[in-house]
Amino acid sequence: MSEPVVRLRNAVVVTNGFPLLSGVDLEIPSQSLTVLTGANGAGKTSLLRLLGGLLALTSGEGQVAGVTLGTESRRALRRSVGWLGHEGSFYGELTVRENLVFAARALDRPLTLLPDALERVGLSGRADTVTRMLSAGQRRRLGLAWLLVRRPALWLLDEPYASLDDSGRTFLDELLADVQAAGASVVMSAHDELRSATLKPTIVRLAGGRIVSPS
Amino acid sequence: MIRVAWLVAKKDLRIELRSRILLWQVLPFGVLALVLAGLALGPVQAGHSSAAPGLFYLVTLFVTLLVIARSQAVEETPGTRESIATLGLDPAGVFLGKALALMVELWVVGLVLLSGAVLLLHTALAGTVSALPSVLVTLGAMAAAGTLYGALTAGLDGPATLLPVLALPAFAPLLVAGERSFSAALHGGALWEWWVIVVVALVSYLAVGVLLYGVLEEA
Repeated sequence: MSEPVVRLRNAVVVTNGFPLLSGVDLEIPSQSLTVLTGANGAGKTSLLRLLGGLLALTSGEGQVAGVTLGTESRRALRRSVGWLGHEGSFYGELTVRENLVFAARALDRPLTLLPDALERVGLSGRADTVTRMLSAGQRRRLGLAWLLVRRPALWLLDEPYASLDDSGRTFLDELLADVQAAGASVVMSAHDELRSATLKPTIVRLAGGRIVSPS
Repeated sequence: MIRVAWLVAKKDLRIELRSRILLWQVLPFGVLALVLAGLALGPVQAGHSSAAPGLFYLVTLFVTLLVIARSQAVEETPGTRESIATLGLDPAGVFLGKALALMVELWVVGLVLLSGAVLLLHTALAGTVSALPSVLVTLGAMAAAGTLYGALTAGLDGPATLLPVLALPAFAPLLVAGERSFSAALHGGALWEWWVIVVVALVSYLAVGVLLYGVLEEA
């Protein structure tokens, strides 16, 4: 059996004296789809941010995508995972293509991946559109194109279904299934449980910065 | 590091070219401020006044603060800073890139304001041209320091008001040295000691930025 892509033991994250995560134990196998659910402030985004190297571990231990938290550089972790926040996340004055070229060059990814990524997310016709002119749903698709160019082993998606219409939700379901089939793992947050007919995710429920289910 | 610096600088300059905020907002503000300075001195006296280099640098300071704030603002679209953080870019390269872009923008501002100084403050053309190298190096040092202080204030409450308070002490020796070397170019006098101050400041701020920018960004 392959190594889990995420392994956390009693992970605690405290920021400005406020505990965001208070003792999280979590193991996520590779090539899996995990959905983090819970009320506002339950710790879903904080857990994703910890896995993405955007928050530091205060205590406990963990490994994410082969990087040991707390001892190895968070920069190394950030380069190993793909993050899509629930906000725009791009330079509004750059075009769709320019944003993708910037990300690809930053990560030493070949630019030949761009046309396929744009085609896959349905933004080929918008490649030269300035990003601030895109709708919220199109910006989300751009974020997914960014991840397709990055091809990370672990996809971290914060509320990815937000701003997507029905066709967008179906598209995302198909994309996530393909990502999983290609060997990557996906961890995402959602307010409610996934309303997908095709995906079979593991549901992890959080409350008060802890995992309450499965306990 | 150099590759990342080049990537970031190109990105920042492209954003600035497309938004045209430097062209339509920042530069007109600088020119207007220079016009007011010229009016305050009076048309005949201005060119002969030792105040002209000081007024030039005072206006340049105001404009520099605007350009620094603008340089940080492009990263402040919700979610952008953390998305870019997940690219895992070398912070030293990011600092150098942002400083380089800011430097180019300040050089454009400096050239326009120097032309304005000749037209509005009636500084001697030959003296102004000979002051150009020292102005460019001074603005380069201000760009390096400004990139550091911009990162320091980004994400804090009230960055627009905090930036001048924190950056002015760092800019003060640069402004004094820049003003003295501009005066020396216009009215004669020793130049080299002011050059030394500006060049040492430029190298120091670049070194500090390369070493500390990552820490500031994480903070």
